[in-house]
Amino acid sequence: MYLSQEEESIYQGERGETLRRMMEILVALGDIYGAEELIPVRSVQVAGVSYKNIGDAGLEWISDLQGRAVVPSILNPTGMDLCRWQEMSIDEKFASKQREIVEAYCRLGITIDCTCTPYELYSNIAGPGDHLAWSESSAVSFANSVLGAKTNREGGPSALAAALIGKTPAFGYHLDDNRVPTHRVTLNFDLKGSDYGALGFVVGRMVGDGIPLFHLKSYPSKDDLKALGAAMAASGSVAIYYVDGVTPAPPTYEVNGKAAEKIGLGREEIDQVYQDHPLEDAEMVAMGCPHCSGQELQRIARLLSGRTVKKELWVCTARKTAQAFPDLVDAIERSGAKVICDTCMVVSPATDVRAKVAVSSGKALAYLPGLCRVKVGFGTEEECIDVATRD
Amino acid sequence: MSLPGTKPGDDVDIINIIEIACHKVSGGNAQGDALVTLEPISFLGTVDPGTGKVIDPKHELYGRCVAGKVLIFPGGKGSTVGSYVIYQLKKRGVAPVAMVNLKSEPIVAVGAIISGIPLVDRVPSSLLDVEVGTRVVVDADKGILKAYLKAPSADRDLRSEKTF
Repeated sequence: MYLSQEEESIYQGERGETLRRMMEILVALGDIYGAEELIPVRSVQVAGVSYKNIGDAGLEWISDLQGRAVVPSILNPTGMDLCRWQEMSIDEKFASKQREIVEAYCRLGITIDCTCTPYELYSNIAGPGDHLAWSESSAVSFANSVLGAKTNREGGPSALAAALIGKTPAFGYHLDDNRVPTHRVTLNFDLKGSDYGALGFVVGRMVGDGIPLFHLKSYPSKDDLKALGAAMAASGSVAIYYVDGVTPAPPTYEVNGKAAEKIGLGREEIDQVYQDHPLEDAEMVAMGCPHCSGQELQRIARLLSGRTVKKELWVCTARKTAQAFPDLVDAIERSGAKVICDTCMVVSPATDVRAKVAVSSGKALAYLPGLCRVKVGFGTEEECIDVATRD
Repeated sequence: MSLPGTKPGDDVDIINIIEIACHKVSGGNAQGDALVTLEPISFLGTVDPGTGKVIDPKHELYGRCVAGKVLIFPGGKGSTVGSYVIYQLKKRGVAPVAMVNLKSEPIVAVGAIISGIPLVDRVPSSLLDVEVGTRVVVDADKGILKAYLKAPSADRDLRSEKTF
């Protein structure tokens, strides 16, 4: 890999031990994946935050580092609401370890917004053609597909290296050759709300790490695209997709004459996702995977209006989003539901103790059984609110 | 010839020194006895971060300890948390002194770098045939690996031997 004079001097340790190792990480990954150079990134999103996932090993590493982020860098969700963790039945030991992790990232100059939807909070961190080093799979998918930016799915250390150096090796989704559709998925029926998560759940399993190009009859909103991409990144490992006439277009439609594989889906394949995951016996309802936008908070507040929840209902969002819509938060919490910030049902250990959770998210549907060992029911937002407000 | 890290006379049965060009992933240099496996390693769940012992009964190295060894294996696999496990091994003083892969992948590469453990790859697969216990010197910065081969003998074939 080619290194500029400045990069080479960091690699040789002339700017200290932390930066030397960070540069070594970038160079090693670049060598492994055949990158020719490092490229500047506009922003970084750092994963490896929940104590449930990284444990003492990760905490020790982050705590030992010296340095400062040189580009805007935002943290992924943590394992708990940093203010209201006691209401989530999080124990004292977990809370104290989790706080240590967040504080260690803060010392490195990482903004501790703790969200999987950084693009909801800041408009100046990712635009068309920008190179990024983002981590969380749904944020990566949104950045590549909806915002037209370019990012690989970074691990915790490689994202942190990009934050402290301000660069990332140019391979994978940074290169247009690797952003060409591999599958064409055609749907001749309308989709609504949670159908997009169900569609992503189905297609992710079919295409794995492929790049689907959708031809849809209905016109998805930004939240629908978020749900679609999040589900495909969880049930498969899709990091970029296209919706014809909606998202930015692919750089080209075929490489070396290899045309995309055609997939046709019927309404029954979407309905099957609901039927396979009935809502009966759910003892908790969790919404906001990925984190709710303002519009989603508004929809949930409207659905809960005049009702009282009988089961625990979590509505997960970024703290800044909750702070921007205090009236909606009040309206939701008046029903007895909780607006949970900084975390979500997937990364928090609070979910693990439940037997069955109802969700309207295709991503949560894909992840909860494996990561939290709970059963999952899948329904529309309306059905999930009904479950929460029923005895 | 003199074998690094041994007393004079210990190395009389060395029959051949092989010197191999390799590719630096994580810098530094170190030497130690080889611990070799043909199986990839998922550090999370396979190696105990407190002791360096291989605790996965399904792994070829089950019962062995990676501490102080030159760990030679095809590459990593499994959870990315494995990088942090390597870091914990290092902090507890029970990490390998160096690692050698046929082809490094990001989990072990990142783990070695953040821990300051020399790691090289792109070696010939015949290196996985060296006997456990063979003295190996890894100079990652120069991209050179030396193995001090001894005459094969039954009592030195430790690969099937377990220590707990």
